[in-house]
Amino acid sequence: MREGVVVGAHSARVPGPGLGRPAARAVRQFLLNRSAVAGAIALSLVLGVAVLGPMLAPYNPVRVRVSERLRPPGTQHWLGTDQFGRDILSRILVGARPTVAAPMLAIAIGAVIGTALGTAAGYAGGAADAVLMRLTEILQAFPGILLALIVITILGTGLLNVMIAVGISLVPVYARLVRSVMLAVREREYVLAARAIGCSPAGMLARHMLPNVWTQVAVLSTTALGWAIIAGATLNFLGFGIRPPTPEWGADLNVGREYLNAAWWTSTAPGVAIVFVILAIHFVGDGLTEALDPALRGQDAGGSGG
Amino acid sequence: MGGYIGRRVIGSIPVLLGITALVFMILHIIPGDPAQIMLFGSNATPDQIQALRRELGLERPLLVQYADFLWRLLHADLGMSFSSQRRVADEIAIQFPATAALAAVTMIVATVIGLIAGALGAVYRNTWVDAAARIFSILGVAMPSFWLSVLLILIFAVHLRWLPALAEGGIRGLILPAVSLGWGFSAILTRLCRTNMIEVLAQPYITTARAKGLRQTSVVVRHALRNALIPAVTLMGLQIGTLLSGAVVVESIFGRQGIGALAVRAILSKDFPMVQGVVLVVALTYVVVNLATDLAYAALDPRIHYA
Repeated sequence: MREGVVVGAHSARVPGPGLGRPAARAVRQFLLNRSAVAGAIALSLVLGVAVLGPMLAPYNPVRVRVSERLRPPGTQHWLGTDQFGRDILSRILVGARPTVAAPMLAIAIGAVIGTALGTAAGYAGGAADAVLMRLTEILQAFPGILLALIVITILGTGLLNVMIAVGISLVPVYARLVRSVMLAVREREYVLAARAIGCSPAGMLARHMLPNVWTQVAVLSTTALGWAIIAGATLNFLGFGIRPPTPEWGADLNVGREYLNAAWWTSTAPGVAIVFVILAIHFVGDGLTEALDPALRGQDAGGSGG
Repeated sequence: MGGYIGRRVIGSIPVLLGITALVFMILHIIPGDPAQIMLFGSNATPDQIQALRRELGLERPLLVQYADFLWRLLHADLGMSFSSQRRVADEIAIQFPATAALAAVTMIVATVIGLIAGALGAVYRNTWVDAAARIFSILGVAMPSFWLSVLLILIFAVHLRWLPALAEGGIRGLILPAVSLGWGFSAILTRLCRTNMIEVLAQPYITTARAKGLRQTSVVVRHALRNALIPAVTLMGLQIGTLLSGAVVVESIFGRQGIGALAVRAILSKDFPMVQGVVLVVALTYVVVNLATDLAYAALDPRIHYA
């Protein structure tokens, strides 16, 4: 997830009559992609659980019942119970919110700050651009979750801080993407034309330049959501985030591994849940990239990695 | 080439300075006074805190303190650990080789698997071999390393009892951590290698090699794979950072020594100089390896010339 990918998907399109055409074609393209549709259905399911989880849970996810501890999956507890006798299915359902929905806050932080910085750099160019790009280069020298770890060192632990940390580590990725789109768009005829007829900078940004950015930001956000979920779960797994006994998949997986000898199901359930979500996001992301990028159409689906 | 190397080295100086500035600022952005944080829980009187402030030079302007920080850095002085009261540089020097060994083994395992899987996928395109390589690669991207570690321990250590679950000396103890860390990486490499190989296999010189009557293995390995390797080198360089930060997770799970596990302990115990030291070492390693990768790339591909 570095620079790569990029540029000009939206703008390279032949402008058909009205805005509806390309959008409709992209939707059709997406719907024709079976794995993308399957991914979208799976993802909506998980998001539904994230919203409704506490209502769906058959048991109280934090209630301790020592008599029921470490029960294997069965009719009473579909996914078994953990070392405190808590129902694992209930913990998965309730834990969907901090695991899958909370990273959206991280995405929002990364996307808003990153897009603002990238737009400023790409639009202003010159010294401002050079400074901002150097800054992102420095931030990207702290790879993977390292930047998030620095932020956690400064802010302290907790779920909110973990999400802020993940969001901040996404800022350079968004900034670089948006900047490269802005640079490509800046020299296009219609932007030059808009400038020539005396369009105000704000109007030019809003009407002619930023619309090129949104598709790219949307595609990046899908990939970034997968990354943010993994990063968030990892930091929770390591004990930097949520406090027990609140359910969260990464943290539950960590607690469960102490009992691997006696009860394989304790860690397996949250692990499988995470892989399920990431796979769904992966297929949606591939489908989106293909549907929105005319250059990729017709090639065999491979995605852009990251 | 020499000029190119020089320019690249000089060009990375601003980034290196930026990294040190950011790491330096960690201690100054944390809410609260560094001296107070250091003496936290020791019932120090305001006078003692004041004395420590003076001793640490916290009274001086920030820029002077930063210059001092850089100066000490050049002498491999990263300060004292709050928790162990030993030199941060010494502790990192003790822990670094374990992480380097893990990273090296991971890199080798992942590269070999990634290249083989990618080449097989390309040669047997659209067959079950290709499908298997794709599933392997998708799963590798979707599996967080902490879950993969736990799963591998469950299968190979708890049930099959083939390999140790916790770190022990020697190569046997390295296998599970290296696979946990390397699968995701080899998955990306598989994709990249497959795409490159498909492109290379369509080149006229491959047809020529086949027309000469060379055997399939010889064509694939000697003519195609070597050319598909070049982009893989760049990827390896980019991934070393992810690998080092991934060590944070894997080392903690397998109870291994290393700077990753050291980082987790330091953050949880608010040992700020230690966090600074580890973060700095990883970032510097990342920049240096990337630079080396770029130079290797130029050396490997004779078409690339740098004046």
